[in-house]
Amino acid sequence: MKEVLLELERRRAAAREGGGQRRIDAQHAKGKLTARERIEAFLDEGSFEEFDMFVEHRSTDFGMEKSRISGDGVVTGWGTVNGRTVFVFAKDFTVFGGSLSEAHAEKVVKVQEMALKNRAPIIGFYDAGGARIQEGVAALGGYAEIFQRNVLASGVIPQISVIMGPCAGGDVYSPAMTDFIFMVRDTSYMFVTGPDVVKTVTNETVTAEELGGASVHTVKSSIADGAYDNDVEALLQMRRLIDFLPTSNTADLPEVECFQSVTEADHSLDRLVPDNANKPYDIRELILKTCDEADFFEIQASFAKNIVTGFGRVEGRTVGFVANQPMVLAGVLDSDASRKAARFVRFCDCFNIPIVTFVDVPGFLPGTAQEYGGLIKHGAKLLFAYAEATVPKITVITRKAFGGAYDVMASKHLRGDINYAWPSAQIAVMGAKGAVEIIFRKDIDDPEKIAAHTKMYEDRFLSPFVAAERGYVDEVIMPHSTRQRIARALRMLRNKDLQNPWKKHDNIPL
Amino acid sequence: MFKKILVANRGEIACRVMKTARRMGIATVAVYSDADADAVHVDMADEAVHIGPPAASQSYLVADRIIAACKETGAEAVHPGYGFLSENAGFCERLEAEGIVFIGPKPKAIKAMGDKITSKKIAAEAGVSTVPGFMGLIDDAEHAVRIAGEIGYPVMIKASAGGGGKGMRIAWNDDEAREGFERSKSEAASSFGDDRIFIEKFIEEPRHIEIQVLADAHGACLHLGERECSIQRRNQKVVEEAPSPFLDAETRAAMGAQSVALAKAVDYQSAGTVEFIVDKNRNFYFLEMNTRLQVEHPVTELVTGIDLVEQMLRVAAGEPLSFGQADVKLNGWAIESRIYAEDPVRNFLPSIGRLTRYRPPQEGRLGDAVLRNDTGVAEGSEISMFYDPMIAKLCTWAPERLDAINAMSEALDRFVIDGIEHNIPFLAALMSHPRWREGRLSTGFIAEEFPDGFAPPSPMAGERTVLAAVALAVELLRRDRLDRLTGRLAPHSGELKRDWVVRLDDDYLSVSLVEGMISIPLEMDIRIGDADPVTVRSSWRPGEPVWEGDVNGRTVAVQVRQILNGVQVAWQGVAANARVMLPRIAELDRLMPVREAPDTSKMLLCPMPGLVVSIAVTTGQEVKAGEILAVVEAMKMENVLRAERDGMVAKINAAPGDSLAVDAVIMEFE
Repeated sequence: MKEVLLELERRRAAAREGGGQRRIDAQHAKGKLTARERIEAFLDEGSFEEFDMFVEHRSTDFGMEKSRISGDGVVTGWGTVNGRTVFVFAKDFTVFGGSLSEAHAEKVVKVQEMALKNRAPIIGFYDAGGARIQEGVAALGGYAEIFQRNVLASGVIPQISVIMGPCAGGDVYSPAMTDFIFMVRDTSYMFVTGPDVVKTVTNETVTAEELGGASVHTVKSSIADGAYDNDVEALLQMRRLIDFLPTSNTADLPEVECFQSVTEADHSLDRLVPDNANKPYDIRELILKTCDEADFFEIQASFAKNIVTGFGRVEGRTVGFVANQPMVLAGVLDSDASRKAARFVRFCDCFNIPIVTFVDVPGFLPGTAQEYGGLIKHGAKLLFAYAEATVPKITVITRKAFGGAYDVMASKHLRGDINYAWPSAQIAVMGAKGAVEIIFRKDIDDPEKIAAHTKMYEDRFLSPFVAAERGYVDEVIMPHSTRQRIARALRMLRNKDLQNPWKKHDNIPL
Repeated sequence: MFKKILVANRGEIACRVMKTARRMGIATVAVYSDADADAVHVDMADEAVHIGPPAASQSYLVADRIIAACKETGAEAVHPGYGFLSENAGFCERLEAEGIVFIGPKPKAIKAMGDKITSKKIAAEAGVSTVPGFMGLIDDAEHAVRIAGEIGYPVMIKASAGGGGKGMRIAWNDDEAREGFERSKSEAASSFGDDRIFIEKFIEEPRHIEIQVLADAHGACLHLGERECSIQRRNQKVVEEAPSPFLDAETRAAMGAQSVALAKAVDYQSAGTVEFIVDKNRNFYFLEMNTRLQVEHPVTELVTGIDLVEQMLRVAAGEPLSFGQADVKLNGWAIESRIYAEDPVRNFLPSIGRLTRYRPPQEGRLGDAVLRNDTGVAEGSEISMFYDPMIAKLCTWAPERLDAINAMSEALDRFVIDGIEHNIPFLAALMSHPRWREGRLSTGFIAEEFPDGFAPPSPMAGERTVLAAVALAVELLRRDRLDRLTGRLAPHSGELKRDWVVRLDDDYLSVSLVEGMISIPLEMDIRIGDADPVTVRSSWRPGEPVWEGDVNGRTVAVQVRQILNGVQVAWQGVAANARVMLPRIAELDRLMPVREAPDTSKMLLCPMPGLVVSIAVTTGQEVKAGEILAVVEAMKMENVLRAERDGMVAKINAAPGDSLAVDAVIMEFE
């Protein structure tokens, strides 16, 4: 009997070796951790249970039958993050370069199905060379099996992808369908076709980093939601993200003890909005002073900075924040900002995370570049996302809420639950200058009259009170009481029950 | 006494004056520019009058606006604070003509003392010892060089109308005298509208010690002891104290007597300051007389118990002084630290922006010591580019000098400022500097002790213990809380993990938890490496910016700020990024590559937000190390940017008049 136990130990040890010490060292030399080390750093100590450790590929073409390695290039299983279940899979670059075989795909599909059935988040660590070419269509089939599970799980459980090495070809589409993608700077890249193919087809010379590094995907393409300096930093931050997320679309919000008072006034906020309407201020300060202990997990911090999105907590419970950022492009809504915020709003709505929206928006960005780029439909995405969302929605207008952008930004008309405005709010179709030049076109050459009209317009419309008179704003609040008001509103909305009409699914303007 | 006064100033001094006025039952009027509409002094005043755009030359310096504000509000008198119109005789005369009282000396005294050349003549006539120098007007740079040669290098080149370090240069040779003259002249013209320059002997190893005088309109004149202001950076005072650790009773009496003689010679009425330079043999020379309330007046107030603003108000209202020289007693020791919005690690360049957090330590008693904080800002205030970058004057008083220094250390540890860079780390490091603690000072102290500027010191053994202990305490509480997150599969076992690694910057310290109660309040015994166990106690709650507690029996206040996967811990001028990890994570962390900062050696970066005054080179030009590349103006100071090494200018990205952000690339080199 003892010999049998020892045999298990031997096999396990061999499997844990992956592609062998030489390849492990090479991985370390590149500044990367191995698949098992990544899982170890991510999960609670000792909580990982591995599945399918002894799975091997079944390919016999091209002499593949001679090289089989336990695990077949991916490590899968489950464990806990601060005691809560998470399913994981990690591509093992030391085994066949982490390439995907039929058996490899089956392992991934197995944990995907378990995660879905058991209603727990799943996270994938990518560091792989794409499809195992020797397996041909079996590998392609494997990819599609994974894609299908991604889609079925979408909106049911949180799915997260972390790109920690190469991720190319078929490998990119599974992450693309998950909720969040994070990357590690300098060691990771993702693209559909690599620099060599690009060179052949378009004669364009480009490096992997220029084509699909973290600096591209977090800033330009918005494929990635964030990037970190190294594996350990990224993995610890993924733990932090998991702590914010409900485990599924039917689970309660995670709740953690809150030490920061929600009744204390923060008078510094009374000075946040400058007197000069054209002077910017940093809306992140308001977010940091609203959420517990300034603990804010920003999503897509480097992309479309004119809108800020991310998770925080109020009284220990997760909240999704969306805020126009006056520091960048005056907080205007353009295609990128609309898409970024729309996707975030929809994530929150999927998982019952209340949304707090801070509004300071001068409107939609004019111009051919925007119109040719489809601003109408991109803007509509955000409008659609807010309108369909049934989670608690609290809106605070801090300054400008002009034109159609006012409607879009979680207005009362889009079933905003509680809509507050600061006394500095200006809710109008447009700013004074533009409005007066249209309404009083005949007086355009008379500066005195224009000045008088402008003054009249500013007094009448550039305030929260016209909207408040109509009930479009539920209450005009003091800036210093914002956290207190939001916390109270969130309490009141905890049992909110709102359903959209039955439909197979909606048809958001993609 | 007046019923209502107007304070023709802003910031902390406006608040300071109003505080006393309020205590005396006098109504106050503030004035403010566009940039100060939300300022604290405006909130504090009973009434406030808008006087113009942000630039001081269009608001706080415009006598007409101030006078109109007095008329509009019915203010009977004007307190000018310091700076702005405080030493402007013309303004006093205008006020007099309008029947408004100037709370300060008479115009004649201001005029006599306001000009450095005239003031020296009067001082010499009154029997006050003066520094060798040239009293006349200087025609041009060559004349300046000749005079400098006659006096003997080193010489000091100063703006006649100047003060506070502006338009002031030291020259060690003819070339520097020539350049210094030109530069001082242009700065003087732009700052004071008066480009007259004078030159005097520059005294080496000097100490700056000044005498506070107080005189009434009835002939009484006395002095309130001295202040030592030797801790200066580029002739700008940073730390002041009263009394001076250097003076003996005899020198103090002699300086006091000469100061009183000078004040009497110009029929001085009000509070004023006679500045001296004192050499290592306690020879003292008259520098100048400041005919106003000094920035550093609180230290005198703390050791004499006399409210100088109250005395100024009483004198201006015609009351005689109610005490004599014999009643003035110096009691204990007081220190003032000027807290500036400037970045000590970037050569103290101004830093502007919003004070997202501003939590000064509690005023009042601190053990045997007393804490006072004169400030004109509140959380959320804006430090703008238009005015002096001083945020606050933190003062401590204690019976003995070292106690006052220690109290200052503790107070600085508890002073939380976020949103801008500030000099608190530098001040904190200064408080533990042995030479400062021993009182061996000179005005060259900062230049000598911090020749390469200020680099935040790396934590030493004792400091590492404190910083690591605090980081661990913070992290264990965080984990304890997450161990009780809802939705767990099973309740947490409650078992404590014993072994930890605290990474302080790039050092990995093994720390074991010997015994612990991880809760609020927290109490634990930890062992760092194989050192003796250390007891840590605190009732700190997550989210509080200052961790106060005991480490190894010592009470400490450590500032904690969240960073990615850890906290920045700062204490006594030492800061470190701390990340607490389980041993296995630390092992993996050590495998991570070291990231290098981007190479900026081939660029000239704008060191602070400012305005490009001139670009001295052109594209394709070869430059030598030390050559002037550009001049950038910020906070009214011209900063000359020089080449760090030889090279060729490849590209110039800025032009005169451009407004640049910090780290904007001004030019690139091949």
